[in-house]
Amino acid sequence: MNRHMFFMLAGAMSVVLPAIASAQTELTVYTAVEAVDLDRYKATFEKSHPDIKINWVRDSTGVMTAKLLAEKDNPQADVVWGLAATSLLLLKTEGMLEAYQPKGVEALDKKFVDKDNPPSWVGMDAYVAALCYNTVEGEKLGLKAPKSWDDLTKPEYKGHVVMPNPASSGTGFLDVSGWMQMWGEEKAWSFMDKLHENISAYTHSGSKPCKMAGAGEAVIGVSFEFPGAKAKSAGAPIDIIFPTEGSGWEAEATAIIAGTANLEAAKTLVDWSVTKEANEMYNAGYAVVAYPGVAKPVEHLPSDIAAKMIDNDFEWAANNRATILKEWQKRYDAKSEPKS
Amino acid sequence: MNITLEAPYLPLTGKRLRQETSRDDRIKFGLMAVIGLYLIVALGAPLFVMLSKSLSTYRFDLAAFEFQVSDETRTKWGRVVTGDALNRTLAAVAEADLASSTDGRLAATKFFPDFSFRSPVHYRIRGTTDDAAFLVGSTLEKGTEWREYDSGTFRRIMLRPARTLGLDNFKTYFSTPALARSIYNSVLMAAISTVVTISIAFALAYGLTRSCMPLKGLFRGILAIPILVPSLLPGIALVYLFGNQGIFKDWLLGYSIYGPIGIVIGSVFFTLPHAFLIILTALSIADARHYEAAASLKASKWRTFTTVTLPGARFGIVSAAFVVFTLVITDFGLPKVIGGQYGMLAVDIYKQVIGQQNFEMGAVVSVILLVPAILAFAVDRRMQKRQVALLSARAVPYVPKPNARMDGICFAFACLVSFFILGMIAMCQIAAVVKFWPYDLTLTAKNFAFDLMDGGGWSAYANSIRLALLTALFGSVIVFAGAYMVEKADAFRFGRNVFHFLAMMPMAVPGMVLGLAYIFFFNNPANPLNAIYGTMTILVVSTVTHFYTVAHLTALTALKQMDPEFESVAASLKQPFHRLFFRVTLPVCLPAILNIAIYLFVNAMTTVSAVVFLYASDTKLASVAVLNMDDAGDIAPAAAMGMMIFYTNVAAKLIHALLARGLLARTQAWR
Repeated sequence: MNRHMFFMLAGAMSVVLPAIASAQTELTVYTAVEAVDLDRYKATFEKSHPDIKINWVRDSTGVMTAKLLAEKDNPQADVVWGLAATSLLLLKTEGMLEAYQPKGVEALDKKFVDKDNPPSWVGMDAYVAALCYNTVEGEKLGLKAPKSWDDLTKPEYKGHVVMPNPASSGTGFLDVSGWMQMWGEEKAWSFMDKLHENISAYTHSGSKPCKMAGAGEAVIGVSFEFPGAKAKSAGAPIDIIFPTEGSGWEAEATAIIAGTANLEAAKTLVDWSVTKEANEMYNAGYAVVAYPGVAKPVEHLPSDIAAKMIDNDFEWAANNRATILKEWQKRYDAKSEPKS
Repeated sequence: MNITLEAPYLPLTGKRLRQETSRDDRIKFGLMAVIGLYLIVALGAPLFVMLSKSLSTYRFDLAAFEFQVSDETRTKWGRVVTGDALNRTLAAVAEADLASSTDGRLAATKFFPDFSFRSPVHYRIRGTTDDAAFLVGSTLEKGTEWREYDSGTFRRIMLRPARTLGLDNFKTYFSTPALARSIYNSVLMAAISTVVTISIAFALAYGLTRSCMPLKGLFRGILAIPILVPSLLPGIALVYLFGNQGIFKDWLLGYSIYGPIGIVIGSVFFTLPHAFLIILTALSIADARHYEAAASLKASKWRTFTTVTLPGARFGIVSAAFVVFTLVITDFGLPKVIGGQYGMLAVDIYKQVIGQQNFEMGAVVSVILLVPAILAFAVDRRMQKRQVALLSARAVPYVPKPNARMDGICFAFACLVSFFILGMIAMCQIAAVVKFWPYDLTLTAKNFAFDLMDGGGWSAYANSIRLALLTALFGSVIVFAGAYMVEKADAFRFGRNVFHFLAMMPMAVPGMVLGLAYIFFFNNPANPLNAIYGTMTILVVSTVTHFYTVAHLTALTALKQMDPEFESVAASLKQPFHRLFFRVTLPVCLPAILNIAIYLFVNAMTTVSAVVFLYASDTKLASVAVLNMDDAGDIAPAAAMGMMIFYTNVAAKLIHALLARGLLARTQAWR
């Protein structure tokens, strides 16, 4: 509590402290949601709950996860709203999450809710693995757009594919874990062996491959649908391709941090985060949301993305992450030096 | 060089004066202790905590778990066995595989070869210590109580590793080829960059001091530019120039800019000013009489060069080489942007900590990165000690004579290097204002709409300016006060030496290492200073500490120029030291203090490495925003933010120049 007081004092430059202290509960909410969406989320929630004020702490998924883990013994957050479910599972296995059954959670698609009862996290929306294909550069090189994951291993794409490094990017890991869950470990490894031959770079960020494809730095970026749609709106000559075999996906999810001093307010926020209204709000950027029947098509994206999503076992992915990454690094990191 | 008051200067009048000085001394000693303590808290203690973190390992302690299996009717239970005993009979997990990381998991079913999740058999598990932890799926269980699970659930039991002390992390590091290779890569890149940078810097400095080429002032100005931008910026420029869509892509003959080539070119860009300034200083101290002697002995030009010019600049070159080597091996921004898959130590720290949340391995890489940095630093210190004064009182300054051919060559070379520097900056400027490179080249300001991107928006820029101002202000005060104590305090030779050593240390500590050490040290609830974690204060403290050494040396040099007689005169006039300090020392040293302030300001604007682990969501910085936007693939906005830093630093330099001129006119009239 001492630190909270300190932070409030430190951050009080723009705010008149006494007026707020009595009237509102302030929630420190950690998030990895896109910066542009935050104001909208906050405004919509606070309109219906004027007694609660959200203080966002935002960063990329990796940094946010590292921050939460680093603060394990002295948590600063009350709620996490909009962080990868895999990251939340990691926190759960450290005993950092408060299990809570939000009101109305039954309405959500089961695959977006933690399997335990009461659940420790509930999902908001999904981001789905997809390929960004630069049509201009592809044409210059006389290539055809790939249709499936398997197509990516064709020799003509050699040196033209970029994918995120699963060891440092959540998106990279969802690709790998998706392949393993679809095909079994053995086939997935032999696929990755062949894919590795075509990869020109493994990036640290999950959206970067798509932006690299958009800028023509690569022809094919293994990424997810959201940055693809964004790059296309910005004028990038790309097609967003969902491979025929199906796609791995990750949920953005919400959870309460165990030991929060504002448990009631935290519960109110999580209750609201599963409502239909909230899900309609998520739909502005994400084509797949947790509340069935809410999602409307998003510009540049097909309407049937939900059908491409594989049956993702988050627990399996989290519990095998360390082993998979160790093997991945052994196979591809050591020889991923530039060969020329 | 430590000057102590010698007996003859002390008036032998009596006790009163003695008391005065001893009270002064006590105050001085107190101040020195305070600043010394600052350095210990801001540097020594965090490094120590980090070192111990690198030795903290995670290992599956099989002896800490006990199992019991029922028969199919679940009425009779078998013998209680420890995991350790099971593993000894089964050899299910090799000894080496028991070493793990924080995120390690080990399926309990590994110890039951005939396990089937369809079997009606039940399993019991408990820890033998309170800390023994295991997961049921993703739920954490701890403690010595027996827990019973059906086989469907037992399949989901994962043992968690226990924390111990040992060298396992280092073993893992050296047995992971991708990681260990980074040592070789880093040293190789640093060595190549050093050779290239020193050659270019020497040629330039030679041209500026030994030829009559035109526009010397302009070239000096251009050569200072790379200091004003974050090291990420040359990386971004190289992507635009030589990337797959680069204008000059063909120049690389099919090689990729992502990797060693990019790292070397970028490193040369951002280390050139440092090397150039040091070598320029070394070459400027030339005694014309040596050249006259060489000429009268009819030595050839080459012989004069190798026997007069080179030996004179020897120490400068060595010093510059170590500065460049250290800068390259500890730099993080450039290889992050342009390094591709080429592993470098500094980037590994970032990958381990941010990418995999493996803090222990991050600490290990940090400790490894400290070694070459400290070695380079120690060798350089040794060399410095052997340097003798070249410039005797009778030296005649060397004045170059016009020589059309030589001047032409020097001028052409300086033009070439300037073109390289300006070209990189110009490329970033173009990238920052173009709509969608390379497909839509219309001009736009949208890349400056930082609020719509990752990274922190315009508030990050405002934070950076705040950080730079605070660092310049507090940094100059702390550094100058510290240097004053080292140079002008009379007694406590031992204390002063310790302090001086502490002040030299930050030079050898890479920013990444400092940043990570700060996380471990300050983000500990037991630490009373925990409150500064995540605030602007910790950013200021880390930045001041990171750039302490050069500022300290600047202050020392200025103070050494002051005659110790001032102290003795003041003492004999019974003036307390603080009056002397504020009336004489401070005004005399003002130019140096202003230089320290601008040095700290510029570096606080551009630094990434130390602060990348320490910023919080409301203290994001412009330089980190460049990194994060580039990371997210928003290269054009990253270039735009980098240019904002550049404009700001240029403006700061101009203000500094004006301020210096105005203030100096008033305080330095005696010069």
